[in-house]
Amino acid sequence: MFNESVKIETSNLNVYYHKNHVLRDINVRIPAKKLTAIIGPSGCGKTTLLKTFNRLLEIRDNVKISGEVIVDGENIFSSKKDVSDIRKNMGLLSQKPYPLPMSIYDNVAYGLKIHNHIKSEELYERVKHCLDEAGIWKEVKDRLHDPASGLSLGQQQRLCLARALSVEPEIFLCDEPTSALDPIAAQQIERLLDKLKNNFTVILVTHTLRQAKRLADYVIFLYFGKVVEQGSADELFNNPRNSETKAYVEGDIS
Amino acid sequence: MISSLIIVIGSLVIIVGLIVFNGASSISLEMITQTPSGGYYLGKGGGILNAILGSLFLALPATAFAYLIGLGIALFLQRDFSHPKISIFIRLSLDILWGIPSIIYGIFCLMIMMLLGIGTSLIAGIVALTLLELPIITRYMDESIKMVPHGLKEGAYSLGSTRFETALKVVRKQAAPGIMAGVLLGLGRGIGDAASILFTAGFSDNIPESIFDSTASLPTMIYHLYSSPIPLVRERAYAAAFILLLIVFSISILSRYLSRKLTKHVIV
Repeated sequence: MFNESVKIETSNLNVYYHKNHVLRDINVRIPAKKLTAIIGPSGCGKTTLLKTFNRLLEIRDNVKISGEVIVDGENIFSSKKDVSDIRKNMGLLSQKPYPLPMSIYDNVAYGLKIHNHIKSEELYERVKHCLDEAGIWKEVKDRLHDPASGLSLGQQQRLCLARALSVEPEIFLCDEPTSALDPIAAQQIERLLDKLKNNFTVILVTHTLRQAKRLADYVIFLYFGKVVEQGSADELFNNPRNSETKAYVEGDIS
Repeated sequence: MISSLIIVIGSLVIIVGLIVFNGASSISLEMITQTPSGGYYLGKGGGILNAILGSLFLALPATAFAYLIGLGIALFLQRDFSHPKISIFIRLSLDILWGIPSIIYGIFCLMIMMLLGIGTSLIAGIVALTLLELPIITRYMDESIKMVPHGLKEGAYSLGSTRFETALKVVRKQAAPGIMAGVLLGLGRGIGDAASILFTAGFSDNIPESIFDSTASLPTMIYHLYSSPIPLVRERAYAAAFILLLIVFSISILSRYLSRKLTKHVIV
């Protein structure tokens, strides 16, 4: 399908909520250091698929998962794997940004502190670096100790990005990260995602086709819990093999 | 709307007014700085410092214990730690405990004290009050912890925080205003309760010097003073009630102030 090395691969992944079968026999391959968009209509299982990757789904009630998710050649459901390590390796941007209930500085320092013993000068440098990478340092450098709750939604989302960067993940899971933001803030996030894909494997769930077209290298099209088509963005958008994919990318179904 | 206003404001004004009106003449510096001398209950000199301090010595440690135990239970009740079916059962039990009259906690502790051979003492009173406050504080904290958004926990988990780190460092902070309100509600209940400490803490004219000494408290002091046939002594009961009211009001004002302070970090 593609030549790049595979970062995440699923094999016969099935997910049930209560008795609803929400993901059916998912077999996808996600390339390393590329941006893969997961597209599809609302309720087709995009977010569910994303949250199986870092095992966040398991903290909900009545979820049953079968099959495998292989990250760097290892099944994340294997009992040898520490769930904290799996999650730490994947930064998360959610639909609505949820900064931690603490100061701007502590939001980024939190991840650094729980995983390392770190001196305060070094901590400051690392926090500054992460905020800078997330393009928010200049806006917050004079109010690092103010509550994060006082930031605008767009700033909160970039703070969440800085916070995720602090624990040095290899993968970014983005669940419609611009859907709650105004157009300018959304554009800032898109630019950051575009920059991130040079160094990280980025998986972007989006229901905006145009966003997927702007950003994606690879695309997975989900429909009613099944993978209908996956492939390079160029192929899938311009030359879809499946009639449902064609209908979706041309806007006939949504 | 008007009638509810009249009922609420009216009862507050009447209660406070009656106590101030009857007790104001007996309030003095002597009353809050001295312990009762021999003839205090017959109308002679002295004060009720033993009861004021006794109340604080009973209610503050009891609230601290109830907070620590209650926080552990309230955090455990969340989906991250406990199976929802077990949580429902624990919540139901706490609600029943909440409804148990305080005199029954008193008798229960008395039975245990007799088994262990301990007399009325500060420690026994603290245990009784801790039991009384625990369900109140725990359920209140539980309700505010339940309101913590799922997305916030997911954010913390995605950084690789463990369940314990997430609960203690993130969830607790987000729920801090509610937790504080619960603790102060428990404190207010504990400091005003007479029935649970009547048999457990006993009564004494002295300030307790160890946790095994009996101690007076404001509610039991009011009870003793008001039982007197002498009008002057009964006025002192009103004065003691006034002091108790002042303490409870300060707790409620403090709670509002602290909640506002703790709210500034809360993510909406």
